[in-house]
Amino acid sequence: MEKTVNQKAWFLVLPVLVLVAFSAVIPLMTVVNYSVQDSFGNNQFFWAGLTWFEELLEDDRMWGALQRQLIFSGIILAIEIPLGILVALSMPKKGVWVSVCLVLMALPLLIPWNVVGTIWQVFGRVDIGLLGGTLAALGIDYNYTQDPFDAWITVIVMDVWHWTSLVALLAYAGLQSIPQAYYQAAKIDQASRWAVFRYIELPKMAGVLLIAVLLRFMDSFMIYTEPFVVTGGGPGSSTTFLSIDLVKMALGQFDLGPAAAFSIMYFLVILLISWVFYTVMTNLDKREGR
Amino acid sequence: MSDASPAAPGAASIPGKVTATQARATTGKRFRPSGSTVVMVLYLLFLFLPIYWLINMSFKTNAEIVSSFTLIPADPTIQNYVTIFTDPAWYMGYINSLIYVMINTVISLAVALPAAYAFSRYHFMGDKHLFFWLLTNRMAPPAVFALPFFQLYSSVGLFDTHIAVALAHCLFNVPLAVWILEGFMRGVPKEIDETAYIDGYSFGRFFVKIFMPLIASGIGVAAFFCFMFSWVELLLSRTLTADDAKPIAATMSRTQGASGIDWGVLAAAGVLTIIPGALVIYFVRNYIAKGFALGRV
Amino acid sequence: MAKITLSNLAHSYFPKPTSEEDWALKEMNHVWNDGEAYALLGASGCGKSTLLNIISGLLEPSEGQILFGDTDVTHMTTTERNIAQVFQFPVVYDTMTVRENLAFPLKNRGAPADYIRQRVQTIGQMIGMEVELDHRARGLTADAKQKISLGRGMVREDVNAILFDEPLTVIDPHMKWALRTQLKELHQQFGHTMIYVTHDQTEALTFADKVVVMYDGRVVQMGTPEELFETPEHTFVGYFIGSPGMNVLRARVEGRRAALDNGEIGLAGAYPALDGKVEIGVRPEFVRLTDAPDGLPVNVRRVEDVGRHKIVRADYFGSPINVIVPEGHEIGADMTRVLFDPAHVNVYQNDWRVAPTGQEAA
Repeated sequence: MEKTVNQKAWFLVLPVLVLVAFSAVIPLMTVVNYSVQDSFGNNQFFWAGLTWFEELLEDDRMWGALQRQLIFSGIILAIEIPLGILVALSMPKKGVWVSVCLVLMALPLLIPWNVVGTIWQVFGRVDIGLLGGTLAALGIDYNYTQDPFDAWITVIVMDVWHWTSLVALLAYAGLQSIPQAYYQAAKIDQASRWAVFRYIELPKMAGVLLIAVLLRFMDSFMIYTEPFVVTGGGPGSSTTFLSIDLVKMALGQFDLGPAAAFSIMYFLVILLISWVFYTVMTNLDKREGR
Repeated sequence: MSDASPAAPGAASIPGKVTATQARATTGKRFRPSGSTVVMVLYLLFLFLPIYWLINMSFKTNAEIVSSFTLIPADPTIQNYVTIFTDPAWYMGYINSLIYVMINTVISLAVALPAAYAFSRYHFMGDKHLFFWLLTNRMAPPAVFALPFFQLYSSVGLFDTHIAVALAHCLFNVPLAVWILEGFMRGVPKEIDETAYIDGYSFGRFFVKIFMPLIASGIGVAAFFCFMFSWVELLLSRTLTADDAKPIAATMSRTQGASGIDWGVLAAAGVLTIIPGALVIYFVRNYIAKGFALGRV
Repeated sequence: MAKITLSNLAHSYFPKPTSEEDWALKEMNHVWNDGEAYALLGASGCGKSTLLNIISGLLEPSEGQILFGDTDVTHMTTTERNIAQVFQFPVVYDTMTVRENLAFPLKNRGAPADYIRQRVQTIGQMIGMEVELDHRARGLTADAKQKISLGRGMVREDVNAILFDEPLTVIDPHMKWALRTQLKELHQQFGHTMIYVTHDQTEALTFADKVVVMYDGRVVQMGTPEELFETPEHTFVGYFIGSPGMNVLRARVEGRRAALDNGEIGLAGAYPALDGKVEIGVRPEFVRLTDAPDGLPVNVRRVEDVGRHKIVRADYFGSPINVIVPEGHEIGADMTRVLFDPAHVNVYQNDWRVAPTGQEAA
């Protein structure tokens, strides 16, 4: 669409600007302020320069959390994207079952995140949970509160449970936009099921899948509540991801300086990713809209 | 015109007849793997089992939960629900949550609608940068903002109010709403605006009377996602409240009493948090796919 | 290659059709000869595409059978029928190059690589895209994409039939002509059975050996362009083919005479007494404007000069009559009567043509 240049449009954007500035810019300035100061309580602050940043870069605890974070995000992407596509391909195409499946699939997305944690905390417990109890009955040694490996499995399965539907719904929407003639032509051309997927469905889903990958990456990068409820970041610090670490530091220990430095680094990483996201998105927009 | 929807050129103009033709074609099934029903059933089972277990537990007594392992409650009780509905500390949690979620949805849409219109129709100085900056807030980790929000809202005396949580959630919901609405608005031809102005409509009247009905489904989708993200978020809402505006999600930690965790009530409270979401999904089920199709979540 | 027989074929999109309107295709029996080029002509929604999809096997008919030669293929898949089909809107595999697109149907059937390469080259030449063979299909224009679709439809040599579903809708007008000519040449060269769906009579008449006219879920006539012109079997064929369409007037027919509102005309053959809605039809080409007193009196409304001839729009007691006046013929001011050529007057009862019992129309 041809857009006209109109500087008065700023007035329409103004409310958003004021609101978001209030809830984003002021807090961010606070964070920047803290990140370069030190405090010994009583609201007395001292200039600390880049000390906190230097300390942060040498902090094994932060690097450990970052490493765990990357591994976690990588694993859940590797599971959720293919699984989501598979589910989308298996969705019924017409009739009441579409609605039934859509509603059931979207359900986990609307459960408060701590309740998601609670559900899995309960579900996985050996003494009272269906999953834990069943595994124990089968003779499998499973205890997510003691064993780091079991804790990881639990957190990952929980995330798959929670978010695969989002990927599936996105992929399903992509599939819906493929005109029927493509499938008919493929039939005429005697294309195999795999070829239909590879040459018709996958290219047409590419746009939404890219969004799914980036959304899932970003959101998993900020995950806090669900693993916190289930494992509390433990056992030890085996499931302590970046957000959990940060909240511990900021609200738990009130280490304002280090926490602020951590926040800024954290936010910069996210910003970098969202810049990539935005660039890729707009390029895609241009290509599709030609 | 460009659009994020990945439809093929001419897709929109495929006559309905062709599509309808195929809906009835029994041969169409050959394109789906025969195991698709199996996959679907297994997946839905996987989704439903943990929820089922929660529901199951909510109808049991604590004694039964702890002592035996039963797939259906041996002695069904609604005592857990009675506890919640008779204790203001419990049910106020729901009311608090619903209040700030609704305030947030209203604020988000009210400010996002004009902004999305501006982005979809006009070029203005810094529009691209502004749009990008808005989007970065959707990507901002709440954990980063928890502490500064706490201090900011405490200093202006908004701590422990519904409006504080609603405003905090605007951080990610306003950009989201702008993004979704902009996508829908771009699909409305500009000629409609011009015709309305020629017919003598003022901007305000045109926007409310003509434009908003045209993007009604977009507003529905945006409202759905605002509701969703505000409803499920806990970190900020818990940090910004103490008592008066405490959300249900935070109230749930009350079950951890001196005598251990009150599992039955915890489960019942969890089940009750699922219900509003389920209702909302049910009402917007036909629009969700459309919203997702725009790829703007 | 084989002839295609439709036997008691009918189709409805409703699981339990109750009324006549529920049937998208009404019962039909037809034989499509091997190696002929057919055009399936009709207005939108008359069942053309449904019939095409039933022949190609994308749709299973509710009733009746389809035979290829002597084989019943009613329940066979498209693959088993070995059919090629080109759709109204371009279907290309975006991520493939033009070459890979054209090779796709052959590759899926396991053709040898040498053969594929040579065949793709030929087709590429035919659709005028040899230079672009290694371009990715994604960036091409709609009509380039449609040419690829056409190419994919023609790349296999052993198909039983090639079906075209209004394939030139998105193509530029000047390109349309060239492509249609190429299709025709291809048909003469290889002798495939071709079925070409269109709602454009020029396209149908120039492309096909036989034109199949559909109306309201029925095949109302299957014949050569001459037959459609001379003896339309249904008033719809008369209207739909020809420009302007056939003049149709209410009449009472008795023996060799037809009585109109105010006057009488002679017929070439004898007819039994007909009841129901009786009409006579005569093409504008066989109507002569005259001042002779034995003509039917008309009101001339206007004269359109369309180049090669003139069209006179006239009115006979409320019914429009069109007359084509060939080049070189003068239209006099006192020419307010028309004469019909009796040999080209057809008689219709309830819209269907009635053959004369006596002497056949010359």
